[in-house]
Amino acid sequence: MGGYTYSELGAIFAMQGFAGISLFSVLLLMALGLAIIFGQMGVINMAHGEFMAVGAYTTYFISTITENYLPSLMPIYFFIAIAVSFLFAGLLGYLAEFSLIRHLYKRPLDTLLATWGLSLIMQQSFRSFFGAREVSPTLPDWLLGSYQPTEMIDIPINGMFVLGLTIIVTLVVFYLLFKSSWGLKVRATTQNRVMSGAVGINTQKVDRYTFALGCGIAGIAGAAFTTIASTGPTTGSLYIVDTFMVVVFGGAASLFGTIASAFSIAQAQSILEFFISGSMAKVYTLLALIIILMFKPEGLFASKVRR
Amino acid sequence: MLNVNNLKVCYGQSEVIHGLNFSVPKNETLAIMGRNGMGKTTLFKSLIGILPLSEGSISVENIDVSRQDSYQRVENGIAYVPQGRMIFPSLTVEENIKTGMDVSRTKKIPEEIFTLFPVLHEMRHRKGGNLSGGQQQQLAIARALVTNPKVLLLDEPTEGIQPSIIKDIANVLNEIKRIRDITIIVSEQVLSFTMAVADRIIVIDKGHFIHEDLRDDVNTEQIKKYLSV
Repeated sequence: MGGYTYSELGAIFAMQGFAGISLFSVLLLMALGLAIIFGQMGVINMAHGEFMAVGAYTTYFISTITENYLPSLMPIYFFIAIAVSFLFAGLLGYLAEFSLIRHLYKRPLDTLLATWGLSLIMQQSFRSFFGAREVSPTLPDWLLGSYQPTEMIDIPINGMFVLGLTIIVTLVVFYLLFKSSWGLKVRATTQNRVMSGAVGINTQKVDRYTFALGCGIAGIAGAAFTTIASTGPTTGSLYIVDTFMVVVFGGAASLFGTIASAFSIAQAQSILEFFISGSMAKVYTLLALIIILMFKPEGLFASKVRR
Repeated sequence: MLNVNNLKVCYGQSEVIHGLNFSVPKNETLAIMGRNGMGKTTLFKSLIGILPLSEGSISVENIDVSRQDSYQRVENGIAYVPQGRMIFPSLTVEENIKTGMDVSRTKKIPEEIFTLFPVLHEMRHRKGGNLSGGQQQQLAIARALVTNPKVLLLDEPTEGIQPSIIKDIANVLNEIKRIRDITIIVSEQVLSFTMAVADRIIVIDKGHFIHEDLRDDVNTEQIKKYLSV
């Protein structure tokens, strides 16, 4: 590999690995929301990337306000921004489900078109409110800089923060899905919608909250995203394809699969990117993915229960 | 308790249930018998709200449920054990039962359920899909019972189940009727099972009721003739 010494290679892998972890975190948060929504309602939410952008813009908005009016709160504003991004994206998701998507449940392909239309509307709204230029929030000082375990390795603190955030959100989602009564209703509806209604579950209400939660998680992904890159009106659409890849590769109904596939896709891209150009890295990742999916069409982790 | 008035159900343009009238009082078990394709399952699906009715009305204790969604009918006291059991295969037995407890707003599975179905307690951490047919049937009944129904609908509960378990299910149904104030409606093709549980028998044929009898007056030969192909 092009004249690098072993210790240099080790450092490259470690650093690119950590860069990959930031990408992994954002992809995982996005994919979690997308997978829950698809599993629950069979709706492929093309506007999911825009809900991420909503989170990112919300964070930017709150950072600007804090900087101008309440500079003393700068060190902690980011936590408030995460919470508000979640709530705001969730609220928008709730409204989108209520006003648009619930009328299309019997026509799954139309939801694809409708949510794509929604994504265009949202992109234009971003452009109108925030302008076409990319924006970045001012990050609190403690998020900047890096940690150096050896002389050659730099691990950015924001990457570690995003990873921590992702772990917490993932654990919360797992808890909600497998321990809460809402999760039980979601899993029942996913398996048999008609029968869930006939045992007394209000499936439409479950749908609405599930969609809101999925969009809210995308909002958190957006807040996390602002620490890694700048946000523009089309940021969401750049990430939606990768997110779909993660969900399909992981197996549509399996959360463990989603985690594993987000990790492998993010790492493959990030490490390859160092040695070859970014677009070639993507080509190789996609090729590998297609070949694996030919042998395992249900994704990495398919559920093994009789149906 | 349950009143059905001029019930008509259509698939698209073709009517398959032609204006049925019946009412079932509290503490009565009604069996609806008929050959395959005569409308038993369609009738049950329209009672629970999976199929819409095109005309007529259904009411439980004078509350009209005809236009309600399934979950609202469950809130108003109808519970449904479908043909083929339809338990949730990848939920555990315990979780399957709990899906019915959203309506009754209780957290803990009532003792009574495990007294009625001891096998479910043994299997409570297994996945529903890995139970035998008879166990799944008991699970489906348990899931319906925890909604605290006033009317319990069972669509062909003996289908595909071995004879010894059929007897158990008959005993359980009689036990449920004894300990709860409940109306039970069961659709059936097996006459011996019907005779063990029902107080009244109605025969359905091509979407019409053609025969009705109290159990004690039933002429089994005649019913058998209706059921033979």
